[in-house]
Amino acid sequence: MIEQSLSGAEAAPEAGRPELWPSTSTIARSPGQMVWERFRRHPGAVSGSLLLGLLILGVVLAFLSPYDPIQGNLGAKLQPPSWKHPMGTDALGRDLFTRVLYGGRISLTVGLLVVVIVLAIGVTVGSLAGFFGGWVDNLLMRITDAALSLPSLLVLILAGAVLREVGGDFFRRNNVVTIAVVIGLLSWMTVARLVRAAFLTIREQEFIMAAHCIGVPRWRIVTRHMLPNAVGPIIVEATLELGYAIMEEAGLSFLGFGIQPPTPSWGNLLSDAQTHLARHPWLAVFPGVMIFLTIISVNYIGDGLRDAFDPYKVLAKVGVV
Amino acid sequence: MGTYLIRRVLQAIPLLFLLSIFFFALVNIVPGGPLAGYGRSKHIRPEKAAALKRQLGLDKPLVVQYVIWLVGNDWMPPVDLDGDGIAETRGTRRGILRGDFGYSFTTRQPVLKEIGARVPNTLYLMGITIAVALLAAIPIGILSAIKQYSFFDITLTTFSFAGQAIPEFWLGLILILVFYSTLSLLPAGGMYTIGAPFSVGDRLRHLVLPVLAGAVGWVAWYSRFLRSSMLDVIHQDYIRTARAKGLSEWVVIMRHALPNALAPLVTILCLDLPYLFAGAVFVETIFSWPGMGRLYYQAACQRDYPLLMALLMITATVMVFSNLLADLIYALLDPRIRYD
Repeated sequence: MIEQSLSGAEAAPEAGRPELWPSTSTIARSPGQMVWERFRRHPGAVSGSLLLGLLILGVVLAFLSPYDPIQGNLGAKLQPPSWKHPMGTDALGRDLFTRVLYGGRISLTVGLLVVVIVLAIGVTVGSLAGFFGGWVDNLLMRITDAALSLPSLLVLILAGAVLREVGGDFFRRNNVVTIAVVIGLLSWMTVARLVRAAFLTIREQEFIMAAHCIGVPRWRIVTRHMLPNAVGPIIVEATLELGYAIMEEAGLSFLGFGIQPPTPSWGNLLSDAQTHLARHPWLAVFPGVMIFLTIISVNYIGDGLRDAFDPYKVLAKVGVV
Repeated sequence: MGTYLIRRVLQAIPLLFLLSIFFFALVNIVPGGPLAGYGRSKHIRPEKAAALKRQLGLDKPLVVQYVIWLVGNDWMPPVDLDGDGIAETRGTRRGILRGDFGYSFTTRQPVLKEIGARVPNTLYLMGITIAVALLAAIPIGILSAIKQYSFFDITLTTFSFAGQAIPEFWLGLILILVFYSTLSLLPAGGMYTIGAPFSVGDRLRHLVLPVLAGAVGWVAWYSRFLRSSMLDVIHQDYIRTARAKGLSEWVVIMRHALPNALAPLVTILCLDLPYLFAGAVFVETIFSWPGMGRLYYQAACQRDYPLLMALLMITATVMVFSNLLADLIYALLDPRIRYD
């Protein structure tokens, strides 16, 4: 009803009548639209999205490269960057640009998989704890605390090998999945705590009690009434997690406990570059630049999303509210 | 407060116990144990390998190995170590509960001695790194908060975003590339020049690159953190009151705003204590720094189970207790917070 009359007012100037309201403030918009409006006015978030989009495009189109990422041409080894090889070639004569793009495919895949795993575990644990409270909450939060007191990098170094040993053939063949699973299993705690905290406030509100009273089933209250109200912080955290995961994978692969050569990943490309650092520096420069660009764009997107989902906080910081 | 402290310490015990089981499983399931190298060698006879396995205690079921690790085997009946069918050797292990972390598989030295030799090096490196990071981050954080949205603030915010996105290990490589390979100004690794007599200058030269590589991320993180907690504080009423009293801006910021803005930072510092201890894996590996992080990396490569276990347990203990410390210090700094 209100929406109709407001959009009527918005259409009014076209009918030749005087404009009574500035049109932007009178359109009824969904929360999603409002978030999008604020997001696209955040310069960092927009440039971050463009950059990340470009990176993803490059990674997806990697197959267009005339060079093979694994098979090298020993006649053309360790060449500096040129038109033929924009990032030079490595010790086995493989085109670094091609390897960086394929490596990006691996790194971004690991990152996205980790986000999926983190959301799956974190949202489930957080919702259960926040919705049921009591001993369920107590138990799940003790498990979360225990997981948080793991020295994650130290555990990660061993965990990949353990999962390959215990998890059987599937994990032995799919190293990307293995690495993503171990990083995911060690990173869901922040999301779980966020969701729980949001649920604890939401479940005390009247509309939830109303939903209970009219007999809405509990799983439906959780999925349709509570989760949508907690979605802002979850999306922000998931975005930032993408950055952490890419950094962690790169670090693990750099130390030699992540993606194993010859499969390229940004981390193991840097690890290879160490031996040739002094005389062939381009091998170390480019993969690192890619990690840096990816993470900085993801962080800016996360920052933009945070401001977009929580305008009150931004206004409070400026001193308006 | 006293009861709270006791309760938290008592809660830490079962947690550490559970973690120890998890770590033990993790470490012992890792494939390619310490004997994998012998298995493939033609020069080692199978019976020799079996004897070695017995000596290291790896022939027993995992549960027994865990019990021995925990409470030792000097109270257990003698075992047959040389394989002649006569149980002749009594265990000498006393277990970690009695302070015995066992012997390193690779160096055959007591694990605690190995770690003890590395702890000062890591504390030295990380202590200086964090100190440098704080010295840079505190003024940056204060300035960007009080000059919010100024050119200075925007530049520094951009830099701190960049600082958080630079991988430590890449920054390390680039620093070596620039300052060692290209400019030949600074050494690429180690704590001091081997064979040279002790000199402060030499030590400092070896510190510059690792500290720089490690500190950039911390500066970015701490300055952003302080900026936002400072912003929370300076919009509060009591700051307006302080200004209305006619206090100088310097006194308002340094005496009234800063102490309250620093309280959360101190908490964060406590939570970061474990990194002081074992967080420097990348920096220590790249700069061949003989510290705990590199020791862990080497132990993981060589599957040195006792060493890995000890390092994991020590780090986890430091983590659990630094969490507790953070809570206590927060209550100390902010009297409104009460635990009971």
